[in-house]
Amino acid sequence: MSEHQLDARNILCPLPVIRTQNAVQALQKGDRLTVVCTDPGAMHDIPTWSRINGHKVLAMKNDNNKLITITIEVDGLEP
Amino acid sequence: MLAARVVMEQGVHVEGINFFTGFCVEGHTHAIRKQAKPKRNNALWVAEQLGIKLHIVDVIEPYKSVVINPKHGYGANLNPCLDCKSFMVGKAYEWIQQHGFDFIITGEVMGQRPMSQLKHVMPVVQKESGAGDLLVRPLCAKKLPPTRPEREGWLDRDGLYDFSGRSRKPQMALAEKFGFKEYAQPAGGCCFLTDAYYSNKLADLWRTRGSRDYELDDIMLLKVGRHLRPRPHFKLIISREEGETNFLEGYRKSFTHLRTLSHGGPLALVDGEVSHDDLLLAAQLVARYSQGRDAGQVEVAIHHKNGELEQIAVTPLKPSEIPEDWHL
Repeated sequence: MSEHQLDARNILCPLPVIRTQNAVQALQKGDRLTVVCTDPGAMHDIPTWSRINGHKVLAMKNDNNKLITITIEVDGLEP
Repeated sequence: MLAARVVMEQGVHVEGINFFTGFCVEGHTHAIRKQAKPKRNNALWVAEQLGIKLHIVDVIEPYKSVVINPKHGYGANLNPCLDCKSFMVGKAYEWIQQHGFDFIITGEVMGQRPMSQLKHVMPVVQKESGAGDLLVRPLCAKKLPPTRPEREGWLDRDGLYDFSGRSRKPQMALAEKFGFKEYAQPAGGCCFLTDAYYSNKLADLWRTRGSRDYELDDIMLLKVGRHLRPRPHFKLIISREEGETNFLEGYRKSFTHLRTLSHGGPLALVDGEVSHDDLLLAAQLVARYSQGRDAGQVEVAIHHKNGELEQIAVTPLKPSEIPEDWHL
């Protein structure tokens, strides 16, 4: 398991989701990715994307809609 | 959503593809303006309702050629719907080849929309996309020649539909049959290029730059704020509320920008090369849209692109002093 960071600040959805999706494609099952965003829409969209693709949302932090941090654990990769 | 479910009913594994062109109304823009209830991303929502995976594909760069030079021209505004459809089906065709899928389905209904879903143009999309008869339209398949998935028995044609025309009643009845209580906005309202105001701003951008090109930031900024062009060589983008101000903050280092100091007010970006007189006019316009609009003088800070800060006091323009044709 390895920890990774993704800076998705100053872009609006769906770009944070696209960047998350592309980052996850390079990771292994069990790896953790922490995405930092400024778009409040990411609070909804990244967890939804994670659920439908089988990844786990481990933590979400919303600093007054200014800085959003979402940590996901990669779990839905194709065998 | 319906087309996917129709095919899933036949035991076919379906995954969704959503293309991000930069002109999408939802998603990108719901975050800009403050809203009591954040809008959902419909593609993600639909995928979750159906229990399928969704792949969101960034096509910003290759999509430019569709917008700038559409082979089949534009619709009522700068919407190149037929070229867009062929482009997206073509991208989907590339995707299924790379990911081991057998065919493509879309939710098109013959005659539902002008331009891209007329009977005589449906084969055009098949041909120009390269997908040929691997493109299935489950909702109107029975109105069209059998596709390869039907001929090969991957899909049972009897389980597909024969919808046509502008009425959405058959789709609504089918949605009810599937137990869908809610569904996403029908096609057309999801693209800024179908919007007359937006298209006008894009046309202005091309005209004033002397070239039909754009970057993502250009088309994002067209979605935000009041756009006024008081002189041919510059325009102002003036935020209308806090959400837009926050969004424009992200661009302030790339533009000369103005803020009111003595009164609450917007953030305004100056797009173009400007003289001191131009900035004076810009400051008067910004003051007009501030809380000092009725004051005798409003102090305005001008932040030049080179980092210099200038403060001036101006008289806000009266509404009658702002010609209608300044508004884009």
